[in-house]
Amino acid sequence: MTDHNSSTDLTPRAGANLPERFSDPGHAPHKLRRADVDPAANKRAERQVVFLFALSVIGTIGFLVAYVMVPPGETVASMRLSNLLLGLGLFLGMFGIGAAAVHWAKTLMNDRERTEERHTLISSEETRNAAVQELKDGVEDSGIARRGVLKGAMVSALALAPLSIAVPLIGEVGEDWDISKFKHTIWRKGTRLASDPSGRPIRAAEVTMGSAFHVIPEDLDEQEHPLDEKAKAIVLMVRMDPRDLKEAPDREGWSYEGIVAYSKVCTHVGCPVALYEQQTHHLLCPCHQSTFDLADGARVVFGPANRPLPQLPITIDDEGYLVAQSDFHEPIGPSYWERLK
Amino acid sequence: MTTTIERGAAAGADYLDQRTGVGAAVKGFARKIFPDHWSFLLGEVALYSFVVLLISGVFLTLFFVPSMAETHYEGPWAAMNGVEMSEAFASTLRLSFEVRGGLLMRQIHHWAALIFMASIVTHMMRVFFTGAFRKPRELNWLVGFVLMILGLLAGFSGYSLPDDVLSGNGLRITDGVVRSIPILGSYLSYFIFGGEFPGQDLIPRLFTVHVLLVPALILALIVVHLLMVVIHKHTQYPGSGRTDKNVVGFPLFPVYVAKAGGFFFVVFGIIALMGATMTINPVWNYGPYDPSPVSAGAQPDWYMLFLEGALRLMPGQGMEWGIGDYTLSLNVLIPAVVVPGILFSLLALYPFVEAFVTGDRKEHHVLDRPRNRPFRTAFGVAVLTAFLVLVVAGSNDLVAAHFYMSLNDLIRVFRVLFFVGPVLAFVITKRICLSLQRKDRELVLHGHETGRIVRFAHGEYIEVHKPLDQHERWLRVGYEPERPLEIAGPVDSRGVRRKGYRVDKFRQRVSKAFFEDRIEPVTPAELAAAHSHGAHDQLDAGHAPTPTRELEGTATGGGRTLAEPADGSAPDARNR
Repeated sequence: MTDHNSSTDLTPRAGANLPERFSDPGHAPHKLRRADVDPAANKRAERQVVFLFALSVIGTIGFLVAYVMVPPGETVASMRLSNLLLGLGLFLGMFGIGAAAVHWAKTLMNDRERTEERHTLISSEETRNAAVQELKDGVEDSGIARRGVLKGAMVSALALAPLSIAVPLIGEVGEDWDISKFKHTIWRKGTRLASDPSGRPIRAAEVTMGSAFHVIPEDLDEQEHPLDEKAKAIVLMVRMDPRDLKEAPDREGWSYEGIVAYSKVCTHVGCPVALYEQQTHHLLCPCHQSTFDLADGARVVFGPANRPLPQLPITIDDEGYLVAQSDFHEPIGPSYWERLK
Repeated sequence: MTTTIERGAAAGADYLDQRTGVGAAVKGFARKIFPDHWSFLLGEVALYSFVVLLISGVFLTLFFVPSMAETHYEGPWAAMNGVEMSEAFASTLRLSFEVRGGLLMRQIHHWAALIFMASIVTHMMRVFFTGAFRKPRELNWLVGFVLMILGLLAGFSGYSLPDDVLSGNGLRITDGVVRSIPILGSYLSYFIFGGEFPGQDLIPRLFTVHVLLVPALILALIVVHLLMVVIHKHTQYPGSGRTDKNVVGFPLFPVYVAKAGGFFFVVFGIIALMGATMTINPVWNYGPYDPSPVSAGAQPDWYMLFLEGALRLMPGQGMEWGIGDYTLSLNVLIPAVVVPGILFSLLALYPFVEAFVTGDRKEHHVLDRPRNRPFRTAFGVAVLTAFLVLVVAGSNDLVAAHFYMSLNDLIRVFRVLFFVGPVLAFVITKRICLSLQRKDRELVLHGHETGRIVRFAHGEYIEVHKPLDQHERWLRVGYEPERPLEIAGPVDSRGVRRKGYRVDKFRQRVSKAFFEDRIEPVTPAELAAAHSHGAHDQLDAGHAPTPTRELEGTATGGGRTLAEPADGSAPDARNR
């Protein structure tokens, strides 16, 4: 483009007799396809469609053969092979039909565009008036407009009837609706800290410097619903140099010789906080990357969590096993409306 | 032979028609015209992947045991022998290892679910960017929107059914999110889990939701969705001969029976290929649900990533507020409830917002080219950008690990991007749309560059331009430009304050934001002016060294049109 005529901002000067807008030139001329003009191409397209349908037949037969001949077997490899062969057979069986039909439509079927008129959706004024009149007649026939008490009785009955389904449903669906269970776990004074998942109690002496233990209460399996209790009671226990440990005055005595135990349930939305980095004493939640500093009361150092992980006060019993001093002093896990109630 | 078949068909049709009067329906629908465009296939993909979901899903229900009762696994998968697990997980292992074709059906079902959601989202994008949601289709947009939400629900409830450790942790996150809801949260959690998490009831409940409630609703709404398509007749892309009063395309029978019917098999085939070659959700590696273990790099299915990303990006410090004795955890509530709530509300209500702004009451059946609606296109891209930032943020740990980046820095960058990205995307997209419109104007006024350089006797070089034929031109000039609304003044002719002036004023202000920047289509007068503009050095036989006859009627010099092609339909591959 040369400079002097590249402007698109032209002031109309020419012909006052020109229309304000361009008008629709109507349908573009139809273009014939190869198969429309060349009988050989037409024949070829037909052969291609036949071939694609045949491919589908072969695929389905292949599927049946694989089903009989290649069982999933006992290993991952044999299972994968069975899956692969069945899947390829199914793919060919289906895709062949699809490709054939589409190819047929595109190359051989009549491809002249046709036009259909649209009609506005709105009903005619006459129909609308008639419809309104029908409804009015209906209301009149029922006499509902004149019978106020009847109307009130009907509305009340309809409004109340669903209660006999809703009340027992809502009553039963949440078990006992006792949400105070969120506040307590099965940790008690003297509950031994056991290794997860074996349930073997842990001696303080086993916990070497820098190590991390996944911990459950020893009596977990005796509970009525072990999984429900486990979901609240899981604990991560680490041992660090007591000199690294910053303990709040009200929590002195909650650790034992540098061994600290914290709830493993994230205070953000409840994932198990499982990635412990020994060097920094940081604990990372793999779900949303909240990071807690276990050397400093599990303070949040990064991420979407707001509160530190609750600490489980621990000590040892006469036999040298680690035990809880009590339950957690606050509800574990994510926050909820009544958490501090 | 043929006559026997014909006679049989006629007898069958007669039997049916006498009992159902189906003849009228066949007459009305068999040759109904549908327009053609590849982007109309996106909705079809959604429909067909749903059918694939139903077929593979029925297969799975015959072998899956929706129970949380404890059992010990005995079977070919040695790694899990003797492990305590739920019946649900054990039956999933059985389906994968012992039922022939079971693993294929599981993988087909999961892939189909991902494709179902992906096609719904891309279909919605197509509808949005082409303005197909305008009157009379606003209600169908809402039906589609609800279908998308139901799709999310179906995917989520199905994902958790195998009771593996990965989906179990997903449920635990759900529990945490539900609990953050003020006042009702704890009770909602009990409502869902039948008591405390994880409880004994969840898998059977999810199963009912997944195989009965949600699919029935989806099926019913699909019927409504398609019925409305029939009532409205399909929209069509702009082009010559296509108006708001007609529909141009091919008849349902046989063209779309073959094309759309065939396309179902294509979709099924491709999903089968995916199920055959790409492992998805190998739960036998994850193990049964246990509240304690968790794996790093865990991802939800893609359609949940935006929620996951929002949860990850929200800074937690100071975001938990006490209201008296009660706790409001905004660090969960904002990303998991408020942000998606805003995104989804914007999406659902956009047709009504746009109708309010334009004051447009007309029926629209010809689609917009996205460039011709710069505000809408830019707005859509901005919302998509926010969505995509959240999606990528939902995989931030994988991104950080793959590219050796600091996870913490990455999160900080995403936090900024979530706010800055959409603004940038809006401005850039709007500019691109306006540029494309200018390009259209330029093409209409000056024609295609042909690459042919001509030298005149006096030494001037020009490039020969070929004018657009009338069909190419109509595509570029045939749209109605939207202009900011003009409203009546604050007082009427008698000086009395006009009712509704404030609403009008507000509407005008929004309308200005929508349409102030715009490019109007070329008018015939402008085209004529462009031609005469170049006339002063129009080629003529007097001094042109090239044979004039060759140029005449086919070309212009330097963007100056000599004449239109006689038939008005010079073919040009670039525009077909």
